[in-house]
Amino acid sequence: MQFGIFTVSDVTTDPTTGRTPTERERIKAMVAIALKAEEVGLDVFATGEHHNPPFVASSPTTMLGYIAARTEKLILSTSTTLITTNDPVRLAEEYAMLQHLADGRVDLMMGRGNTGPVYPWFGQDIRQGIPLALENYNLLHRLWREDVVDWEGKFRTPLQGFTSTPRPMDDVPPFVWHGSIRSPEIAEQAAYYGDGFFHNNIFWPSTHTRKLISLYRRRFEHYGHGRADQAIVGLGGQVFMRKNSQDAVKEFRPYFDNAPVYGGGPSLEEFTRETPLTVGSPQEVIDRTLGFRETFGDYQRQLFLMDHAGLPLKTVLEQLDILGEEVVPVLRREFAAKKPDHVPDAPTHASLLAAKERAATNTEDDR
Amino acid sequence: MTRKLVTVTAGLSNPSSTRLLADRLTNATEEALAERGETVDVRVVELREVAHDIMNAMTTRVPTGDLSGILKDMDEADAVIAVTPVFNASYSGLFKSFFDVVEPGTLDGTPVLAAATGGSPRHSLVLEHALRPMFSYSRAVVVPTGVYAASEDWGAGESGGRELSERIARAARQLALLATEHSAKTEDPYEEPTPFADLMSGLGT
Repeated sequence: MQFGIFTVSDVTTDPTTGRTPTERERIKAMVAIALKAEEVGLDVFATGEHHNPPFVASSPTTMLGYIAARTEKLILSTSTTLITTNDPVRLAEEYAMLQHLADGRVDLMMGRGNTGPVYPWFGQDIRQGIPLALENYNLLHRLWREDVVDWEGKFRTPLQGFTSTPRPMDDVPPFVWHGSIRSPEIAEQAAYYGDGFFHNNIFWPSTHTRKLISLYRRRFEHYGHGRADQAIVGLGGQVFMRKNSQDAVKEFRPYFDNAPVYGGGPSLEEFTRETPLTVGSPQEVIDRTLGFRETFGDYQRQLFLMDHAGLPLKTVLEQLDILGEEVVPVLRREFAAKKPDHVPDAPTHASLLAAKERAATNTEDDR
Repeated sequence: MTRKLVTVTAGLSNPSSTRLLADRLTNATEEALAERGETVDVRVVELREVAHDIMNAMTTRVPTGDLSGILKDMDEADAVIAVTPVFNASYSGLFKSFFDVVEPGTLDGTPVLAAATGGSPRHSLVLEHALRPMFSYSRAVVVPTGVYAASEDWGAGESGGRELSERIARAARQLALLATEHSAKTEDPYEEPTPFADLMSGLGT
């Protein structure tokens, strides 16, 4: 089981001080948070991709490349990579480059982006969101697996004799997750390729999340990648912790009440009751997270949203200390004890390379 | 068989004339369904009681409290009776907000009886210029007879309330007929997704 954090890269005013970080401060804070993630023993750091204020993460591979140079073990990922508005050729090139620089510590999560006006800035149309995600990813998938590609489709100029460089490291493309909160088409897509499926698990009641995940699991089995309970599932979550539950609630409430995404809406109590948001003691976070397994089955990756809504860097780093010291070690132990042997871990470059070499050996044996 | 009837009422006072009209429509529909040999499972939803939950769903998409169950009932309904007071020459904001957080597709093919109350008969066309277009957009099947009740229709007017009673009975009969013919939704994209090959049809591969 992998544990990590994902960021949306929002620049938000701290409601308790009225201070808004500069873009530079926020960018540097994201790097500090990623380095801290490695320091406290987390496995994954994932950055969002946005091309509109108040977000700063418009250039994920630049940021992840920089973090790669300053870390040793951390897996660098995205949450999400816009498969709709990015040219799949550029994605193939940029992430293969990043994969080499990071010695294979790279995977990606594909997403569509839900802001209509962004699409035309990149020559696209949100009404074509699903077809864009399908066609673009299909091309990306080929570019990483075929040395020379001839291709013609609906959304970009044709390719004749095109080779995307650099080729993926060890000829093993980065593992891909597909993120969606409500689209059965995306769960179907992930299942077809045998890729991972990630649900951000933040705004949606668990009944909806479960429908989508069980669809993905069923179809994963249908397409012959393994049993439904061997499908590769990732979940989000958001937490705020202090030693005493009441202190966590008291400290987090102004951030919750003023957050751009839920301010003016439900109370903190309602939202923690109805969604996976957990504000309380480390033990409460442990219990709630273990509950995800009861709801969705054994899964491979748990990412937490920690740095949002204007929380100051110092607070976020404290949160990561608690996560790394008190929460994740317990979760690792508990999840490992409960996971049946036939359920795989999340693929990594090493495991994919090993699988590839095994497959090659088996083919030779067959001859 | 048992038909599920959901009545949505957006009246604010207690008792309200909107609730009164909702109850009369509900009872008349139950009777009309009974005449057709159907039993009825009725749920009456007072939107006021979930007003905050509707706003929670509006702002975050999370249907808190009882709203979650109400939305499920809407999804399973064989017939819906929707009654709003007229505010500022249209349906009330609470009424509209509720239908704004009902998932798209929920009312697809569902028979709906649209009704409204007002202090003056001058707003009776609210049924035609506000409610009916909204339900048509939702692909609901709106019964031909809408029911508007102004103050004078409750018995003070010349007909002594007889016209309103007749209108209620006619609308209820029409709704009952459609409810009897309503078949439960068969397509669930989460149960039966479009296969990948079909999704890719027409796209570059």
